[in-house]
Amino acid sequence: MYPRPFEYIAPTSVSDAVRELGNADFAKVMSGGMSLIPMMKLRLLSPELVVDIGRIAGLDQISDDGDTITIGALVRHDDTSESDLVPAALRTAAGWTGDRQVRSRGTTCGAVAHADIAADQPCAVLALGGTMIAQGPNGTREIASEDFFVDVLTSALEPDEILTGIRLSKNGGGSAYDKLGRRGGHTDYAVAGASAHVSMTDGHIRSARVALTGVGTKPTLALGVMEALAGSDGSEASVAEAAQRATEGVTVLEDLYGSVDYKAHLATVMVKRAVLGAIANA
Amino acid sequence: MQVSMTVNGNAVTRDVEPRTLLVHFIREGLSLTGTHVGCETSYCGACTVLVNGKSTKSCTMLAVQAEGADITTVEGLASDGDLHPIQEGFWERHGLQCGYCTPGMIMSALGLLDENPNPTEDEIRHGLEGNLCRCTGYHNIVKAVEYAAAKMRGEEPAPAEWAVKS
Ligand SMILES: Cc1cc2nc3c(=O)[nH]c(=O)nc-3n(C[C@H](O)[C@H](O)[C@H](O)COP(=O)(O)OP(=O)(O)OC[C@H]3O[C@@H](n4cnc5c(N)ncnc54)[C@H](O)[C@@H]3O)c2cc1C
Ligand code: FES
Ligand code: FES
Repeated sequence: MYPRPFEYIAPTSVSDAVRELGNADFAKVMSGGMSLIPMMKLRLLSPELVVDIGRIAGLDQISDDGDTITIGALVRHDDTSESDLVPAALRTAAGWTGDRQVRSRGTTCGAVAHADIAADQPCAVLALGGTMIAQGPNGTREIASEDFFVDVLTSALEPDEILTGIRLSKNGGGSAYDKLGRRGGHTDYAVAGASAHVSMTDGHIRSARVALTGVGTKPTLALGVMEALAGSDGSEASVAEAAQRATEGVTVLEDLYGSVDYKAHLATVMVKRAVLGAIANA
Repeated sequence: MQVSMTVNGNAVTRDVEPRTLLVHFIREGLSLTGTHVGCETSYCGACTVLVNGKSTKSCTMLAVQAEGADITTVEGLASDGDLHPIQEGFWERHGLQCGYCTPGMIMSALGLLDENPNPTEDEIRHGLEGNLCRCTGYHNIVKAVEYAAAKMRGEEPAPAEWAVKS
């Protein structure tokens, strides 16, 4: 199984890569290739130019910027899952992405840019309120996570933009991620998954962000749950009650792995686990 | 495009199309057919090789991405006719039946043991999550890796289950 023929280039700077992207009618960025190459082999995607950003120096670091951290475009799932700087939700999501071979090559930024409907790390980044840093022909812009995921496999990135990093706040609180994988346990993409970030004051939840994956067309905030949690005491009963609102306002899709009812139910289970996990980590 | 890399210690340079997958470069370009092609959809792990020491599915990497890389395939393990401890483990603990998955299993196990020389059974099973076997049911593969791990730590492997009298 070969991809269709294409031109390949491996520039050594982000600005060169952006220029190359602009020079072709249909160019694709490649970072880890763990989603791009399978899609090209299945001929779901046949770009005329592949711009491999894997040779650009300086993008493989998780930098500590004081109040925030930035995960560079070439930071692999393995690195993200093992870094003490990274919040628990994203560490867990990265450690449960694919298998060892996938985690040693696939990148956190690639997984987020790919925006699969059942992916792990986009969900965690959305719950953590991350900021995407994109570089294009007109310079750099920042995109909030709630504006980044647009539709099935579609992000807010322009075709000639590169996601150079993801910025996350270090402002405390606790976070967690949980999923049921398609191959059972935590293995493979999520049948349904949820991630939560909570900030506590005096034994109460001051604010919470909760995101879902696997149930709709994109990683989505569970706004009903967030509203119900704000100001609550974080007891198991109150979290279980809030979790009942998991798919409020979300169009749940049936797929090979579950019916609408099953997925909606699973979403409440995963939300409860993720929120209780986040409270325990706070 | 011209691509150069080191495969099992030998420097190689070839002209390839950008779309040439590393697994085809290894099998057809270098005639090293120990690396197998199973699913071609990135799931089975039969094509696993080490790229700069990391287990990698060579059907999901372009040969041109391996420019300058250090590649180890299953052919690179035995030295002077002596099996590598992982190969010996698969032999001693019957870690294979048809053998199709075996080169990939061995290369994944090698990457795993490099990172974690003393894995628990659970860690071995998780570490081999990216490799599928249609024959063995995995039990003896886990035993083979446990055997190899002990050998590589310089310890005596636990006796085979079938040699233990109940
Ligand atoms: C066997 C297998 C199992 C998997 N299991 C899971 C799983 O359980 N959960 C899960 O979430 N994912 C899973 N994945 C997908 C994996 O996480 C990929 O690594 C990830 O989706 C893509 O990251 P990448 O760096 O490999 O990106 P690539 O494959 O290189 O690119 C993916 C897409 O994103 C774009 N892109 C990549 N990087 C950038 C960038 N910096 N800027 C702009 N655009 C960019 C590319 O153009 C392409 O469209 C699995 C993949 C495989 C092969
Ligand atoms: S042939 Fe590469 S994973 Fe199956
Ligand atoms: S021994 Fe036959 S596939 Fe594993």
